[in-house]
Amino acid sequence: MGHFFSYIVEPGLLSNSAVRTAFLVGTVVAVTSGVVGVLTVIRGQSFAGHSLADVATTGGAGAFLIGVNQFWGFLIAGVAGAAIMELIGVQRRRGRDVATGVVLGAALGAAALFLYLGTQTSSTTGASFTILFGSMFVISPDTVPALIASGVLALAVVAVLSRVLLLTSLSPELAAARGVPVRAVGIAYLAALAVAVSLSAVVIGAVLSTALLIGPAATALRVAKSPGRAMAAAALIGTAVTWLGILLAYDSFYWPPHGHGWPVSFFVVALVVMAYLLSYAWRPRRSRRERVAAAAADQKEPACSPA
Amino acid sequence: MTDNDLLRLENIGVRLGGRQILSGVSFSVAPGQFTGLIGPNGAGKTTLLRVILGLQQPTEGRVLLNGSPKTRHGGGLIGYVPQKLAIDQDMPLRARDVVGLGIDGNKLGFPLPSASRRRQITEALEAVGAESYADARIGELSGGEQQRVLIAHALIGRPRLLLLDEPLANLDLKSEQGIVSVLARLAHDQGIAVLISAHDLNPLLREIDTVVYVAAGRAAAGRTDEIIQSDVLSALYGSRVDVLHVNGRVLVIAGEEQQELQAHHPAETGVVVGLDRT
Repeated sequence: MGHFFSYIVEPGLLSNSAVRTAFLVGTVVAVTSGVVGVLTVIRGQSFAGHSLADVATTGGAGAFLIGVNQFWGFLIAGVAGAAIMELIGVQRRRGRDVATGVVLGAALGAAALFLYLGTQTSSTTGASFTILFGSMFVISPDTVPALIASGVLALAVVAVLSRVLLLTSLSPELAAARGVPVRAVGIAYLAALAVAVSLSAVVIGAVLSTALLIGPAATALRVAKSPGRAMAAAALIGTAVTWLGILLAYDSFYWPPHGHGWPVSFFVVALVVMAYLLSYAWRPRRSRRERVAAAAADQKEPACSPA
Repeated sequence: MTDNDLLRLENIGVRLGGRQILSGVSFSVAPGQFTGLIGPNGAGKTTLLRVILGLQQPTEGRVLLNGSPKTRHGGGLIGYVPQKLAIDQDMPLRARDVVGLGIDGNKLGFPLPSASRRRQITEALEAVGAESYADARIGELSGGEQQRVLIAHALIGRPRLLLLDEPLANLDLKSEQGIVSVLARLAHDQGIAVLISAHDLNPLLREIDTVVYVAAGRAAAGRTDEIIQSDVLSALYGSRVDVLHVNGRVLVIAGEEQQELQAHHPAETGVVVGLDRT
């Protein structure tokens, strides 16, 4: 093994079972988040993803308080949050922003209480940090099968509904006219989104979970030519940043302060942002002048006055 | 009305939230007929299209499609072109992908590329003169180009009736004429019944066979020269309406009692409402 390679990849990296779990779960989560994230961005539901992450935080904190693995807390709260958002969203468009804001504030307030009570009673150091910002090296091996199964389930839902979701994003009216049950499809998709957010919360924390969901997807959408290729690219980008994040976090054990590795989440999120910025170098946004020219072609010519 | 009507509306009435939107609307459309659904903004055109599409249940009357009461989604007989798309400019959907969704966008699963699928999409794009931007992102096309792609999307399912919701809104004159001639060709060469809603009659005047004029929730249907008459439209509006012919354009001037029907740009719409221009 060359000197450079052993510099990046610390010796003994893969003999560590926590690291192997991190790579396995990280890959499943990156692929799920990438694929689901592409549809989230196309459907303009990034904010819904962020709201679900806030609600999942409460669930994770609650699970910690009662001594259950936090993934189940993320998942149950996320799916319940998706159901509540659907109810609020359908009833009255006008009141939606306000209702969402109030609910999210209450959710994070409850999370603060649960984390406080949990850390008081169990004296587990670092639990709050793990729930809020994640820690891939402390994923319990018991939950790995459930994490993989959830990821596969979310991917299956999106694969089965992909065409219908695209048609609905293009024009809800058109989809409805062609017999698509738009509301049911939206609910199924929100459920898949809640699962993806919960998985992402396990890896990089509830607060940061949308970074892995939206970042790789937004980057892929800028460079890919079709939705299918964007999903593949998002899964690849997500996997790449997760693996690199794990490597760098493992290396950072020897960085200051010595003996304390930096959080994986920091590296993952930093790499996500770098990938997104690089996509602008790859495919610059159309200049303002070009867009104005295209818009001008659509403008109606001045009508001849009948007078 | 004849037995071979493709679409027939019988005495359609719609009440929404205690307001009567449409009442007593009856007309029929035959195969190969190019019909304009004309009326000022807010007259009930969109509601009428939604009734035909099955998105709005009428409170009275019924819709017959091919001689039998319409099933929920028209069994693939109807192709629909919405007014505009809900996606951003940056979305990686090519014109070709949008047309492909016309084949199977309402089905589960994901599409596998095949030569026959590709050929079918190319043919639909050629039928509307959109083949030159088949691989461009849909969001980066102009309004007129997007309309052509959406018409190809509707055509690929081989509908017998094509419904278009204000496809000429916000188009320049050249794109307007291009879309209208594509539609006329589909109707007259391929025998597809085309029903297009518009607030301005003039771009359609030379090409359409019949007009359904909607005003104040009621409708009058027939040949354009029969309907666009002062006495017919006066009866429809319930007040005096004048029809002026100016340089091959038609201006419909409704009386001062129709304040609630507002045309935002009377000079453009050709439906001049509530203005005294005598």
